[in-house]
Amino acid sequence: MGLTPVPATGGGGASVALDAPNSEGWIATRLDFLVNWSRANSLWPMPFGTACCGIEFMATAASKYDLARFGMEKMGFTPRQADVLICAGRVPLKLAPVLRRIYQQMPNPKWVISMGACASTGGMFDTYAVVQGIDTIIPVDVYVPGCPPRPEALMYGIMLLQKKVMGERLRNDATRPDVEPDPTSRLYIPPSRIDELSEPFGNSVHQTRSAP
Amino acid sequence: MSDARVITAGGALPADAPAPATPRRVPHRGGAENPSVAALRAQFGGAIGRSEVVWGETTAFVARERLLDVVRWLHADPHQRYDYLVDVTAVEFRDAGQPLQVVWHLRSLPHRRFLRLKVELAPEGPLSVPSVVPVYQSADWLEREVYDMFGIGFDGHPDLRRILMWEQYREGHPLRKDFPLRGRFSRSEQLRQALAANPEAHYSMNELTVAEAFGDLPRDVQERLAAGERTGE
Ligand code: SF4
Repeated sequence: MGLTPVPATGGGGASVALDAPNSEGWIATRLDFLVNWSRANSLWPMPFGTACCGIEFMATAASKYDLARFGMEKMGFTPRQADVLICAGRVPLKLAPVLRRIYQQMPNPKWVISMGACASTGGMFDTYAVVQGIDTIIPVDVYVPGCPPRPEALMYGIMLLQKKVMGERLRNDATRPDVEPDPTSRLYIPPSRIDELSEPFGNSVHQTRSAP
Repeated sequence: MSDARVITAGGALPADAPAPATPRRVPHRGGAENPSVAALRAQFGGAIGRSEVVWGETTAFVARERLLDVVRWLHADPHQRYDYLVDVTAVEFRDAGQPLQVVWHLRSLPHRRFLRLKVELAPEGPLSVPSVVPVYQSADWLEREVYDMFGIGFDGHPDLRRILMWEQYREGHPLRKDFPLRGRFSRSEQLRQALAANPEAHYSMNELTVAEAFGDLPRDVQERLAAGERTGE
């Protein structure tokens, strides 16, 4: 069977053409296409469901929406056998070191989907207890908006991630940048930017801030 | 009720007592007071302050010094038998100068009674009350939560540490009225401090279940615990 990549039509990356007559026992394709194709179609998620979004994630994984169609039938409940961390729900500050540890335990290559308003921005929980967006503590590839996102939305996010994976090139690091945390604060967004972004908001005009 | 260890709901009521029913048309204020309050006054006199009935539930205000005696008596007296501590919590009011209230919800299953005890603490005074853990084991985590959220100490508590926030949390006690909703520190500082906590060190020998499981813990954790390390330090 001869599989050869044909140039992308639309955004989906290369596809495979079957060259039937001359196809005895060998295929010709680009290596990174083949690698990406297998990676993108067997993304094993590590579900990190902390709140209501976790319920919606379970619905996505269950029979009606059937995440297994995307090669995701194996939920990696251990980070060491997972490819994509799906953070579904708000992350309290107390959980921040846990989430980061789980991310660090995942083997490369790894991707992160931030599911829902809370994981992406803190959502309505602009309080002392909640991380205002997990992208401050781990790098995020796809943000899925919604409160909670419908299963279709999460699937769209997963398909976007697959598209992103298909776009990676083995010899070009720019398509898969290794994001390093800020060296002094160990945060993925510089502290000054975090403060600048969080300062003007807040859900009460009576907010006061005293110490450092 | 021959065997005191078997608790039957309503078991101490007379045989012809009416079956329990959902109360209807309960007045906001007033109504029948829980008879335990009269018994408390007879027993403790001036240590029992005012009492009120709100939505059919009775609240008695107790002097701080006598609280443990009152709870112990309510638990042990055969005519009271408050065997179930439902909750311990606290209230701080918005108006300046209003005392803080620490609240105990007690239920007597054999007598089908509910009683709310309150102790008032002046905001400027020492914020501490006696712990009721000697009477109710279940008060352990409840009191830790009140301590964590309000900064109210419980004298005699075996292991008064934070329970919801991590132990090195330095911004204060979040449910106090002077605590800003978003915390005292900047967002980046909060993140930095939270990430500095060690996620694996959430053990302490004071926690009974961990002490029981000590032999099963990994060797390095055993060594750290044996050296007296506490959560996240
Ligand atoms: S985004 Fe909405 S549904 Fe998701 S965790 Fe937050 S509050 Fe819950």
